[in-house]
Amino acid sequence: MSGLIKSSIARKVVMALSGLFLVLFLAQHFTINVTSVIAPETFNEWSHFMGYNILVQYILQPVLIAGIIVHFVMGIVLELQNSKARSIKYKKYSGSANASWMSRNMIVTGLVVLAFIGLHMYDFWVHEMAYKYIEANPEDPTRYYEETVIKFEPFWRTIIYIIAFVLLALHLWHGFASSFQSMGVNNKYTPAIKTFTKIFSIVIPAGFIFIALYHHFNPITH
Amino acid sequence: MKLTLKIWRQKDASSKGKMVDYSINGIEGDMSFLEMLDVLNEELINKGEEPVEFDHDCREGICGTCSLQINGEPHGPDRLVTTCQLHMRKFNDGDTIVIEPFRATAFPVIKDLVVDRSAFDRIQQAGGFISVNTSGNTVDANAIPIEKHAADEAMDAATCIGCGACVAACKNASAMLFTSAKVSQFALLPQGRVEATERVQNMVRQMDLEGFGNCTNTGACEVECPKGISLENIARMNREYLSATVEG
Amino acid sequence: MGILDSKVPSGPLAEKWTKHKNDINLVNPANKRNIDIIVVGTGLAGGSASATLAELGYNVKTFCYQDSPRRAHSIAAQGGINAAKNYQGDGDSPYRLFYDTIKGGDYRSREANVYRLAEESANIIDQCVAQGVPFAREYGGLLDNRSFGGVLVSRTFYAKGQTGQQLLLGAYAAMNRQINRGKIQSFNRHEMMDLVLVDGKARGIIARNLTTGEIERHSAHAVVLATGGYGNVFFLSTNAMGSNVMAAWRAHRRGAFFANPCFTQIHPTCIPVSGDHQSKLTLMSESLRNDGRIWVPKHLDDAKAIREGKLKPTQLKEEDRDYYLERRYPAFGNLVPRDVASRAAKERCDAGFGVNKTGEAVYLDFAAAIQRYGKEEALKHGIKDASENEITSLGKKVIEAKYGNLFQMYEKIVDENPYETPMMIYPAVHYTMGGLWVDYNLQTTIEGCYCAGEANFSDHGANRLGASALMQGLADGYFVLPYTIGDYLSKDIRTGKIPTELPEFDAAETAVKERLQKLMSGNGQHSVDYYHKKLGKIMWDKCGMARNAEGLKEAIEDIAALRADFWENVKIPGRADAMNAELEKAGRVADFLELGELFAKDALDRNESCGGHFREEYQTPEGEALRDDENYKYVAAWEFKGAPKDAVLHKEELTYENIELKTRSYK
Repeated sequence: MSGLIKSSIARKVVMALSGLFLVLFLAQHFTINVTSVIAPETFNEWSHFMGYNILVQYILQPVLIAGIIVHFVMGIVLELQNSKARSIKYKKYSGSANASWMSRNMIVTGLVVLAFIGLHMYDFWVHEMAYKYIEANPEDPTRYYEETVIKFEPFWRTIIYIIAFVLLALHLWHGFASSFQSMGVNNKYTPAIKTFTKIFSIVIPAGFIFIALYHHFNPITH
Repeated sequence: MKLTLKIWRQKDASSKGKMVDYSINGIEGDMSFLEMLDVLNEELINKGEEPVEFDHDCREGICGTCSLQINGEPHGPDRLVTTCQLHMRKFNDGDTIVIEPFRATAFPVIKDLVVDRSAFDRIQQAGGFISVNTSGNTVDANAIPIEKHAADEAMDAATCIGCGACVAACKNASAMLFTSAKVSQFALLPQGRVEATERVQNMVRQMDLEGFGNCTNTGACEVECPKGISLENIARMNREYLSATVEG
Repeated sequence: MGILDSKVPSGPLAEKWTKHKNDINLVNPANKRNIDIIVVGTGLAGGSASATLAELGYNVKTFCYQDSPRRAHSIAAQGGINAAKNYQGDGDSPYRLFYDTIKGGDYRSREANVYRLAEESANIIDQCVAQGVPFAREYGGLLDNRSFGGVLVSRTFYAKGQTGQQLLLGAYAAMNRQINRGKIQSFNRHEMMDLVLVDGKARGIIARNLTTGEIERHSAHAVVLATGGYGNVFFLSTNAMGSNVMAAWRAHRRGAFFANPCFTQIHPTCIPVSGDHQSKLTLMSESLRNDGRIWVPKHLDDAKAIREGKLKPTQLKEEDRDYYLERRYPAFGNLVPRDVASRAAKERCDAGFGVNKTGEAVYLDFAAAIQRYGKEEALKHGIKDASENEITSLGKKVIEAKYGNLFQMYEKIVDENPYETPMMIYPAVHYTMGGLWVDYNLQTTIEGCYCAGEANFSDHGANRLGASALMQGLADGYFVLPYTIGDYLSKDIRTGKIPTELPEFDAAETAVKERLQKLMSGNGQHSVDYYHKKLGKIMWDKCGMARNAEGLKEAIEDIAALRADFWENVKIPGRADAMNAELEKAGRVADFLELGELFAKDALDRNESCGGHFREEYQTPEGEALRDDENYKYVAAWEFKGAPKDAVLHKEELTYENIELKTRSYK
């Protein structure tokens, strides 16, 4: 991939664009998930639509997976290059004196989020694929709510989700606004972008955490 | 003031270096950091030891020669100063000060605290100029009116002294702030627009070839820059680069 | 004095340069490709010269001791650059700039050179703007000007307080363009150790690679020295730590005459010395004198109380302050030329009115300017009945916009806020008007060896006006030398490459190596700085702002003795074949120890006071300088004869056909 995009700025732009795409996806994902708390029927309906709509399944889903892969691979490439750019490290390096923890640890937060995505895919996507294509079960527009809530029954999974969302928040805190800078946007709107970033990177992960906790403490009893 | 200094000593480019401890007495607050090192070196010479080699020249914060990583920060804890303008009143009696060279693969150590920053020269040579003949006969200077705001912004970008603190501070050893300052200066002026497309492409290409890291927008460079060069310049260079790429 | 031919073209003053350019021989473009030129020094003069020479088609090799050409000390010039553009419509003209420069130089410079400088000045601004130098502008988009000492018009162009930096980066950019084209090879971290003469012509240099310690030979058809001034002979000066006289002095030893070494400029507005540890002095731009008022307390007991920290300057009432420049020189006030301002400060401090611990400082006060600007701003913004606080805050903003970076620098060094309390300043060595003697073509007395910028003696006489150094460096480099050198090189089109295997190169290299060996084998008593500081003290005490015959005679003896001691006892650790800053310093100080003696000899020889050279024996009853045009209206060019004290004087009589010699008066 580094061979494909030779310049450092182009690599950064790819990072920014794929990141922003994932942010959009996150917002959309969150919107659907919120319905699992306030309107389970709507949740089922929307989930079913996402699961069986051809456009979503055969175009958006591969694009999303590609986006994640591009963002991840490019992040690793950048990290390796950056590490090579200072082959002998400082004995003392006061990173916190001039840059935030979030900005300096994108690779850490990113890898944790990636690991979480792995778990999340295993939990839902692998299950979904098996349901639809391997076991070849019939369509059932009412199953999603229950399947989701059951996942949050074990305490350990809920905890992992919470930790992952906290790290996602840290990742977004730097990454969202930073992607605008990478694409050359630094002007009178920048303070607004930064404020929006802060709101977004707290509200969305906090919302996800709330949903996870809500389902954990409100299991389906029948 | 009595201080303990931990200083990187390295015989030459091919030797392995190490940190060496020195203790030093009688340091006054009015001394500059380099004058403190002068005192140390005078002591070392009198003891028959080799003095600590460090780069310095104008000692008034403008030539960009001095380049020390002090307690983990380029040019030390004070803001908007070079090492030569950092004064010992910023330290306390009994402090331990760690002094290292600016570290980047593109800035190899030559000796002790002296590094080779010729990569910066090569970036400038790749396009950091306006192609006009210097042997005379251009238009009258006032024939090109320039909006005061643009001229001031260009000036702010042009104040870069090429010290390398941005690279030294950046966790990725990226040279984006340095490169973008020059790109911005010319991008903001009508005289510079003519070659803007080629300039940004050539300078970024050279910057990448030198082995600097990628910018991850941590902003450390802006904080540590002794001349306060703004991150806006990096955004401007990104913009210039993108539009240059789109234009082909 | 037949050997000094200034080669000034005949004809009316205003036509000399044009006529000369039309008359001199040119080298055709195809032949330029076969000609090599070495340029030593990459400041304004060297950088601009190498860029233009390369652009004309010559093969250029540049040398600088810094790690990049961009770091040459021209970068530290703050205030501005003069040019007779008359953009302000205040009656400026090349003639007026010429007149001011000659008068400011106390009638000790060459008319034709100065007129050429004034003529080319306007061209420099056009050129620099085309290159993208971000000069300060007005709201209408046109260039802004400020005024400087010793003149009555506003002709100084500036880029904040960093004009030298911006001009140098412009020249460096022009160099980079030529490096990119392969026309300039730049040798950084290289120091010229000797000039190589073949058949009496300068044909190359011996250089030391400062990274590896290797001794290298470089040949060329001509050698240009643009290596700046020798102010560091005083140890403490506003020069960079590495600024040195080595290249010029080596050329002097090879036959280039050294002119007017005693003409040194002591700049009035520098940050005072704070203690023995001080390694260099920092200039506060002369532009500050546009708005700052210089004063000391009127009463000795107030001065004493201030020195003891019992009284603050802001507590002193107007009537208890002595604005001595405004008092003594009502016409020019705080904007008198540098030499006059410096001596006046010394006079007050010697009389006991100094205001810092050492008693060697005067105030530069912006309170009045802050009020004045504040009121203007309040009017501009339509604020009626502005409170005192509002006015002060508005005024501070104006001052910050004009001098912010200087104020910040002052605060970092002195740890006092100059917006709140007056700055303290004191004179310091800043610029050397003397240098290698050159003719109208900028050629030294060695054929093929040229000298440009501060390193030559030509344009500033006995005192340089503010914002004229940048002008001279760039005029020499961009517009003068590239043409005049062609006249000489036109004879070299068939010479072919100069081989570095010639016996002359062997001999020069051997001599350089032996000298280094001798330095390294010193007995090991004292560091190089020990000697440099001692030399500096002799220079400052006996060859500084005021000199007398007795002191100068002592200085000559003292320096000779110190030099002998140095060669016997200097201690240099490390090796000669590796990076070694102490060895670099030693080589430079060794040359300062010779130059210093010639400096004192020249000062002793000149029995008059003029410009920066003030001999206590020659002054008016009011303490003003007393010039002697009858006996000393000449350039003193010294020929090397083994030891500095044996140097032989050659005089170039100065003739003034276009200007009437007057006693300089700024009253």
